[in-house]
Amino acid sequence: MAAKTINITLKIWRQKNNKTKGSLETYKLDNVSTDSSFLEMLDQLNEQLINEQKDPVAFDHDCREGICGMCSLYINGRAHGPDTGTTTCQLHMRMFNDGDTIYVEPWRSVAFPIVKDLVVDRSSFDRIQQAGGFVSVNTSGRTMDANAIPIPKADADKAFEAAACIGCGACVATCKNGSAMLFVGAKVSQYALLPQGKVEAKDRVLNMVRQMDEEGFGNCTNTGACEVECPKGISIENIARMNREFLKASLTSEK
Amino acid sequence: MSNSALIKSSIAKKYWMALTGLFLCTFLVGHLLGNLQLIMKTGEEGRRAFNEYAYFMGHNIFIKVLSYVTYASILFHAVDGIMLTIQNKKARPVNYAYSNPSANSSLPSRWMAVLGTLILVFIATHMANFWWKMKIKEDVPLHTYKIESEQQIPALAQQTFYYTHVPTIQPLPKDENSIMEKGTELFIKGSNIKIGEGYRDLHTVVIQFFSKSNSSALFGVLFYTISMIVLGFHLWHGFASAFQSLGVNHAKWNPLIKALGKGFAVIVPLLFAIIPILIYLKS
Repeated sequence: MAAKTINITLKIWRQKNNKTKGSLETYKLDNVSTDSSFLEMLDQLNEQLINEQKDPVAFDHDCREGICGMCSLYINGRAHGPDTGTTTCQLHMRMFNDGDTIYVEPWRSVAFPIVKDLVVDRSSFDRIQQAGGFVSVNTSGRTMDANAIPIPKADADKAFEAAACIGCGACVATCKNGSAMLFVGAKVSQYALLPQGKVEAKDRVLNMVRQMDEEGFGNCTNTGACEVECPKGISIENIARMNREFLKASLTSEK
Repeated sequence: MSNSALIKSSIAKKYWMALTGLFLCTFLVGHLLGNLQLIMKTGEEGRRAFNEYAYFMGHNIFIKVLSYVTYASILFHAVDGIMLTIQNKKARPVNYAYSNPSANSSLPSRWMAVLGTLILVFIATHMANFWWKMKIKEDVPLHTYKIESEQQIPALAQQTFYYTHVPTIQPLPKDENSIMEKGTELFIKGSNIKIGEGYRDLHTVVIQFFSKSNSSALFGVLFYTISMIVLGFHLWHGFASAFQSLGVNHAKWNPLIKALGKGFAVIVPLLFAIIPILIYLKS
């Protein structure tokens, strides 16, 4: 299919830093190849802005192949844009039409403060991970054979599906409550399903949920929006598992 | 930590929402079964059946305990819901300029707080109209069914002295303070002379409320019906959502829970709404 070009209008959130108020600015961008990714389109806009001696738009990106979890953007009212199962870097301009007006906003959450323009600080996710999203292992060098512990295939698959979470924050961004429960549910689940993770399961879920609440994320109301917008298709089954784990741990933990 | 976690944490709040919500679903079924007696039997028989039911609900100790759990559940569900909503609003201080939530979630799921508030308003008016009259003001007239020695003096049986509804076998003092109520039985104070038996006539209060003779009945029926539609939307999301909050999400059971929830959300409010509509149309 021959590449075609479209002309678009962009309404992009510009904000100098966390202290100042931001606003939506309008930009016109012509000759955008429909084969370009959304981020390449923003690169094109930034080149134009630099040529006009203007401040380029700051946005997060890294691997540009949908695995690092750096890119974000709330595009036309949806996290990672209109395509399903993709991150913004995998979103292509062929999803848009000539003459479209495209709204681009940062993730909106009290726990994701804006750094600049479209860049938000997602270190709250790191702190939740640090509160319990790990398995303690000794590093004596006597590493156990990974296949020595039998694990049912179904459990391994579910753990793997949960572990597919790249921590991009789309769940928080799309949730009307700004809840991080899909992220935390996935992180809790990936360990809770495996024998290695069960050792610290109680402390893990209690500590991660406590950290999640302290960061100011909202409460889940089971709208299911997160699993629809999650670029990795993580199911809210993981939230239910976290709810079970939390109940078990709350009732039986001695802490 | 675990002690406070079961009350304060975001997940625990969801457990309480789910538990009180599901309990209130069972309450709806009980309430509905009672209400259906308003249309299942007609005439004197229906009047008696409903009034006996209302008496039972007001006097059975088990039901009494349940009723306090119900009041507590409604209050807790509402307060917890308001707290959750306030926290959720705080979690996103700046809203999106452009949002397209219909692409990823159902309308009722996003409007639970508003729907719940409307239901609370309905419950307040509903209780003011019926519960308040029955339980607090106690000005629902008695309706008697059985007259001692009625055969001997049938003419007197038609006489009404007490609350204008109770026929008695002997002339009674007009002063109602000299009549003693003991459950459904009426006695002359200080004696064992039983003068009649009756139930508070909630049936007539309800029928009159929704009858065309009452000028505001049409408004009442409409308000009731709209409230039931709101309840239906609330349940459409709430029923299955409660199971998810409690951690019940299983490939084997999800289709059943979802089907039950949607069936419940349609059938229960529909049956509730049919009752005042029928009363209005028949009057």
